[in-house]
Amino acid sequence: MNALEVSDVAFAYGERLALDGVSFTAAQGRFTALLGPNGAGKSTLIALLTRLYDLQKGQIRIAGFDLRETPRKALARLGVVFQQSTLDLDLTVEQNLRYHAALHGMPRAVANERIELELKRQQLGERRRSKVRELNGGHRRRLEIARALLHRPELLLLDEASAGLDPASRQALNQHVRLLCQEQGMSVLWTTHLLDEVRDDDDLLILNRGRLVAQGRAATLATEGEDLAASFARLTGSGLDHQSVLLDSTPRAVDTGHAASATPASNPGAAPGTRAALDSGRKSS
Amino acid sequence: MIIYWECLRGIVLREWLRFVQQRSRFFSALVRPLLWLVVFAAGFRAALGIAIIEPYDTYITYETYIVPGLACMILLFNGMQGSLSMVYDREMGSMRVLLTSPLPRSFLLASKLVATALISLLQVYAFLAIAWFYGVQPPPLGLIAALPALLLVALLLSALGLLLSNGIRQLENFAGVMNFVIFPMFFLSSALYPLWKMREASEWLYWICALNPFNHAVELVRHALYLRLAPTALMVCVGLTLLFSLLAVLSFNPQHAALRRAA
Repeated sequence: MNALEVSDVAFAYGERLALDGVSFTAAQGRFTALLGPNGAGKSTLIALLTRLYDLQKGQIRIAGFDLRETPRKALARLGVVFQQSTLDLDLTVEQNLRYHAALHGMPRAVANERIELELKRQQLGERRRSKVRELNGGHRRRLEIARALLHRPELLLLDEASAGLDPASRQALNQHVRLLCQEQGMSVLWTTHLLDEVRDDDDLLILNRGRLVAQGRAATLATEGEDLAASFARLTGSGLDHQSVLLDSTPRAVDTGHAASATPASNPGAAPGTRAALDSGRKSS
Repeated sequence: MIIYWECLRGIVLREWLRFVQQRSRFFSALVRPLLWLVVFAAGFRAALGIAIIEPYDTYITYETYIVPGLACMILLFNGMQGSLSMVYDREMGSMRVLLTSPLPRSFLLASKLVATALISLLQVYAFLAIAWFYGVQPPPLGLIAALPALLLVALLLSALGLLLSNGIRQLENFAGVMNFVIFPMFFLSSALYPLWKMREASEWLYWICALNPFNHAVELVRHALYLRLAPTALMVCVGLTLLFSLLAVLSFNPQHAALRRAA
């Protein structure tokens, strides 16, 4: 059974089509990367997967449960880390986790046990009584992951989770989620617009202008006569220069430049195209 | 059943913790009714003589007259503000987390309305305590009797706020809500002047006031504070709370705001 099945999903904001005939699956226990430039339709897809928006067309199944017909069962099996932080800044780490446990109707004894476990696993035990406001960006993200895992979901959805983090934290977070994926057989859907967050053995989906333009093993996509960056540029209709601009157009881009030099050591498995794009980004800047 | 209880408990506890953390918001919410009580009432009392009317047994000061209305004003502001943020903050922040809960959406929304209402009550009682020291002293038992009335009114106004925010595009910001909901409801009620005064001025204005749900809310609280029951007001408030809650929950759809923005 797949952790996620998306079949022929379309969504329009009035006249404007944001998603058009999108179909893919995310296999159980795999790290699936959803890559797309800004405005590709990733946010709309996330809004549909988390049931913020209603499906206009198509079908979504999470761990086998149809999101339209059995939404509660589907949501119970989904853990989400949103792009923008959704933590209560003035509440402590533990209070944030307790609130989430309550939203899932977890009895207190079970909640206590799981909170202990997740705090330990995310190495946040010592910060349990700290207010979230006092945590750095990396720790906040780890707390959001701890929260998303509290109800033992089968699919963990991370929407541009590394946004706003410094390069080291960004790499660490990516590594951390991969480890969770390996150790717990967790299925992960990781959305990003940064190529260097994708590795050879990831299942890769490329979304552009509301359509899925490629899917398959990242290494396969990258080796069909061109590297991943070139494939990405071709598929999304953007030249490498444009891609560099994409990577370099936000404050993150500066981080990305640094990340490139850190990449060989800290992310040896990064897809072949990654460095090309980053190098070209640095050259052009 | 325990699942629902834990969820409700968690939502109320979170509102409480946020309330405790944000003391400045609490104090600023108290400033508004206190300004009316201390400043407006001082200037206005000479202009308005209050005859002996239900539920009062004797002549009363103007300050005494407006306290129930001001208590309801706190609930009106909080209810509208809370509901508006439920509709327009949902794409980011806490509402998104709330909506990923596997419990029924109607239950989650109702829990949120209850939690907001309970926290609003704390502000109302803080206001009543200050008013007490200022000299407005309803019977102590009345303060207890008013509790269920205030809770009902808080729910009524939050549900109305959610229903309006769901349906009306112009209410996207709080200024719109102030102009088109809060001020008309507040001024077209018996909060600041008894309705017979209004009737002297204009018969049609009187009838608009008589039909205003907020007017019934104020009268319910006013009577409860003085240990009287206002049956019509009670029936209107119960009926409308049920109706508005039902319609608000049914019409709550997070994508409407996004689609409206795109249109």
